[in-house]
Amino acid sequence: MDKTVPDLAAAVAGIEDGMVLMVGGFGGSGAPIELIHALIDRFKATGSPKNLTVVNNNAGNGRIGIAAMIDAGMVSKMVCSFPRSADPRAFTEKYLKGEIGLELVPQGTLAERIRAAGAGIPAFYTPASFGTDVAKGKPVAEFDGKSYVQERWLKADAALIKAELADTMGNLTYRKAARNFSPLMAAAAKLTIVQASKIVAPGEIDPEQVVTPGIFVNRVVEVADAKQEEALMREGVAYS
Amino acid sequence: MTSKLSNAQIAWRAAQDIEDGAYVNLGIGFPEMVAKFQPPGRQAIFHTENGVLNFGEAPPAGEEDWDLINAGKKAITLKPGAAFFHHADSFGMVRGGHLDVAILGTYEVAENGDLANWSTGPKGVPAVGGAMDLVHGAKRVAVITDHVTKDGKPKLVKRCSLPLTGVGCVTRIYSSLAVIDIEGGRFVLREKLPSMTVEELQAVTGAELVLPDVIGDLVAPEVS
Repeated sequence: MDKTVPDLAAAVAGIEDGMVLMVGGFGGSGAPIELIHALIDRFKATGSPKNLTVVNNNAGNGRIGIAAMIDAGMVSKMVCSFPRSADPRAFTEKYLKGEIGLELVPQGTLAERIRAAGAGIPAFYTPASFGTDVAKGKPVAEFDGKSYVQERWLKADAALIKAELADTMGNLTYRKAARNFSPLMAAAAKLTIVQASKIVAPGEIDPEQVVTPGIFVNRVVEVADAKQEEALMREGVAYS
Repeated sequence: MTSKLSNAQIAWRAAQDIEDGAYVNLGIGFPEMVAKFQPPGRQAIFHTENGVLNFGEAPPAGEEDWDLINAGKKAITLKPGAAFFHHADSFGMVRGGHLDVAILGTYEVAENGDLANWSTGPKGVPAVGGAMDLVHGAKRVAVITDHVTKDGKPKLVKRCSLPLTGVGCVTRIYSSLAVIDIEGGRFVLREKLPSMTVEELQAVTGAELVLPDVIGDLVAPEVS
């Protein structure tokens, strides 16, 4: 079994108009910049994919990554907890003009909805948001004398993930705090696409160290000199 | 009113109540300052929502590793015994009651423990982050805040007027003028600035203060 693909264009093939796309990362930590930019390249060349619903903790920063996808006009809706950043222009401008949708989800609920999808759990109850505007219209139930809000799983058609090491079977490790949402998203998406700084042979990652088992991964592409979104931001890079 | 605690002094006061070995989440911004004032001999273990336990101070400029950040997207360092974990585990620690203390900032806090700290109304782009999760599950949920708004209105109120972050969740308030517990849906005054009378404090508080027999002096050293 070999899940490696030869290049970034092959990695992002099959992401189509109207899909729900999860993108790993928390701010710049764990953002799969090269995969996102490969998707933008395809959109620029072919006009597709567009009308995407993108799931990420944030809604882009500066003129790269998710912000560049939004700028390019590929995104119709964001599902996130915190659509603000050091430079949130791309999302903010479109949002205030009514050109992009927003589903605002408390961060722990976002993580658990994604986890639930990967785990085959259609709904769960959480204390978060009970009694607030965010819970309006959602079922509420009492357990042991306390009230909880029902939340549903959040599935995706595809996920873009940045890993540190991958083996050819798709077993993954992450770097420091860059794992954040990625192991959850890898399990919640039908098509999980991974860029890894290094791809190694099966057996070269100690099974004790595997964070995301390969069963959750469909494609792996090596990006040896992967850029870090925050570092690019600080260099003032714009992707277009 | 002639004096009040600075933000650093409020943070210092909040830090005095954190036990050695406590697992603590500090909200983004002002609450992060609490970490600076841990009393000698005590070491709290700090949690950040994006999946790190036992992180330390910011690294020197130029030595940042941007894969190693806190929930405020600031660069951090690790202490011996640190751990990484994914976001679902991280919020499991929050909602599951594993944190000892969460300290948050606030726009308003009500005598019934309701907290409003995420939105000032329908204008602009709404953003909630982890605030609605963090107010549930920690054994103690404290807020640190100026006692009044910039234009002098009480931030400690009968009922919140701004959109709520959580219902009945706050247990203690460290303000620029007082330390107040929330018990049985009431503000119970524990400490106040010695230079103020109870009447003066009540005048800038939006709900009735319950006065126990012993009210301590709120005194903080000059810190910054």
